[in-house]
Amino acid sequence: MSEATVGKISPPSKSVYTPFNVIAGIIIVIGLVITVLRFTKGLSAVTNLDDNYPWGIWIGFDLMAGVALAAGGYVTSAAVYIFGMKRYHSAVRPAILTGFLGYALVVFALHYDVGRPWRLPYPFLMQQGTTSLLFEVAACVALYLTVLFIEFTPAPMEWLGLKRARNIVVKLTMLLTIFGVILSTLHQSSLGALFLIAPAKLHPLWYSGYLPVFFFISSIIAGLSMVIFESSLSHRYFAHKMDETHIAEKEGVALGFAKAASLVLAGYFSIKVIGISADNNWHYLGTGFGLWFLVELLGFVALPCMLYAIGVRDKNLTLIKWTSALTVFGIVLNRLNISLIAFNWYLPAEEKYFPHWMEIGISVFIVTVGLVVFKFIVTRMPILYEHPDHKGGH
Amino acid sequence: MDIFTLQDFYTYTKGITYILMVLILVGMTGFWLFLTERDEDDYE
Amino acid sequence: MSISRRKFLGWLSAAGVGTALGTSAKAASTKHFTGYPDSAGVLHDTTLCVGCRECEAACNKVNELAPPDQPFTDKSVLEKNRRTTPDAYTVVNKFDKPDEKGNVFVKKQCNHCLEPACASACFVRAFKKTEEGAVVYDASVCVGCRYCMVACPFDVPTYEYDEAFSPRVVKCTMCHPRLLEGKLPGCVEACPKEALTFGKRDDLLKIAKERIRRYPDRYVNHVYGEHEMGGTSWLYLAGTSFSNIGMREDLGLKPAPELTSGALGAVPIVVGLWPVLLTGIYAMSKRKEKIAAEELSDAVAEAVAQTNEEAENKLSAALAKAEKNKETAIKKEVQKALDEAAKAAQQKEAETKSEEDA
Repeated sequence: MSEATVGKISPPSKSVYTPFNVIAGIIIVIGLVITVLRFTKGLSAVTNLDDNYPWGIWIGFDLMAGVALAAGGYVTSAAVYIFGMKRYHSAVRPAILTGFLGYALVVFALHYDVGRPWRLPYPFLMQQGTTSLLFEVAACVALYLTVLFIEFTPAPMEWLGLKRARNIVVKLTMLLTIFGVILSTLHQSSLGALFLIAPAKLHPLWYSGYLPVFFFISSIIAGLSMVIFESSLSHRYFAHKMDETHIAEKEGVALGFAKAASLVLAGYFSIKVIGISADNNWHYLGTGFGLWFLVELLGFVALPCMLYAIGVRDKNLTLIKWTSALTVFGIVLNRLNISLIAFNWYLPAEEKYFPHWMEIGISVFIVTVGLVVFKFIVTRMPILYEHPDHKGGH
Repeated sequence: MDIFTLQDFYTYTKGITYILMVLILVGMTGFWLFLTERDEDDYE
Repeated sequence: MSISRRKFLGWLSAAGVGTALGTSAKAASTKHFTGYPDSAGVLHDTTLCVGCRECEAACNKVNELAPPDQPFTDKSVLEKNRRTTPDAYTVVNKFDKPDEKGNVFVKKQCNHCLEPACASACFVRAFKKTEEGAVVYDASVCVGCRYCMVACPFDVPTYEYDEAFSPRVVKCTMCHPRLLEGKLPGCVEACPKEALTFGKRDDLLKIAKERIRRYPDRYVNHVYGEHEMGGTSWLYLAGTSFSNIGMREDLGLKPAPELTSGALGAVPIVVGLWPVLLTGIYAMSKRKEKIAAEELSDAVAEAVAQTNEEAENKLSAALAKAEKNKETAIKKEVQKALDEAAKAAQQKEAETKSEEDA
């Protein structure tokens, strides 16, 4: 569905009515209608949230999964700038862009979920609830969004020819990267720690004192897998925008990141098992929730770990690509399990939460907005290629 | 000020901790620059 | 090592260090909080409750809540298990003969924890445990994140999901404004059966334990709320296991702030040590790179030197050869010249000879 083929079909070339644009347009229009409903009729008009489930997919998917999947930014920039893996350099810009867009969309989505979004700065400006893990998350997400924005700015600056400003920002790379890793460590783990206060509500197999560690480690896995996944998609749709370096390094990035992801998955699997043992939850494994837990642990942690390993050993890029999708899905599943499925696990089925179609509509809308902005930026700014004026300069 | 609840105690101590964390981040940046200022090879 | 421990400690205290260290260490390790002294609470004796819903009606009236769908005199609502809603700060639930002794009615409302999970979870400090004992909520700062509802172990706070512009979290206030006026909470005042007793929490605990002591057959030996989640200002007595009447006994005794203190405590440690770790790794990878670069340049220099030497040798060899060739050539030429000269001389000689002869 590249633009070139569509251009050939409809003679007045450069038509805006490409399939991508049409579908995205429809989704965005529906999203805007739901947005109006949400902000004029209240949460109950568009969501199935209730007093037992104050958090739905706007938190479980948009926030919890969104932040984890946007971890590619800090993982990649840390690998390249801190650990000195220069051969992955061409992966940094797309990862930073995805991270920035991811976090921007998370914050955007939060405006739908909280009751009075115009008060979102209150925790910083009015009263600081310093004992709340959510305060920690909010502070770090706000700061990290700023860091990602600054890290992203060299691309538009090169695009607009603002050389001096660009060079100043590039000088800050190390500082920003270290700040990014600190802030990411904190809020990725704190998202898991949000549930520490509700031991009675989250199923014992998912509740653990190690929740913050689980969330942090799995965010690394999500970040690595998203870079692989996104790079394979980019290669499919934006190959014409890639320079030789990017294409030459692409394979190395996929193999290296897959190897890293496989290793971290092995570690994650280990500590998940330790989590069961620490609270002596073995007996729960035989229950229905136990089976579901095993599906997550074996099907979406152990399996991708092995598949990545095989992919790396055989240099099988197709397998690595599909494994990255499986892993990403597994992380999303984990976040949904903790925030929705295993939350209030004892409630009878009819009292459990299932998202309203309009909640799903907003989530799809937000992802679509992300794709559209990503496409806009990638087709204009030096993301997948180095700007000729700044080659090898960063 | 007398503190009667753990909650108020944590609010107070964590408040100070947050201020300290900001100072640490700024201070560490400055200290790193001080530490490496005379290095011959160009650390950034 | 002849310094005795006593002597050493003596020196320390003489220097004032012992006292300072001693007290601060003691203060840190034994710090614990018992809540506001003389704060109020309510004792709910479920064995006395008859499910008349007078408390619900009174609550509705004093808090000026919306009128209910069915009147408070309608007992049919008791057939369904209910929870608090934005229009009902308190509800009474009926439990059918949990252990063959007859129906049990239990009033549900905010338990006003000594260490409230909602307050611990709130990132704008909208909740506060007051010295009077009530946990109160300030809607003027509330963002509406609803983390308090996630955190509450008793499923008490509810949310005005229907409100588009100023939704609030809603829960029982223990009639805090009335308490400040010296009045009783609305529900306590309305209860016709004295199933609700208002008083200082410490006194209520004594009363509850006294009732258990005097009527051991009537009550299970447990005052619910004495220790649950660090203790609550509302206390409960029951004739049957609390888990039979919708009250969870698996909440644990840890107060909410303790559940998150570990994770919160790790935050400043990360902030303090990550910069060290990360810049350390950075410096190491940079150094490794530098060494690699140096090694590379050394290798290149060596290779160049080697090549140069080889080239030089080759050149000198070539020169030597050329020299030799030249020499031979010169020699040859000289020889040739000499030969020619000799020949010429001979010829001349012969010619002169023949001239003389002639």
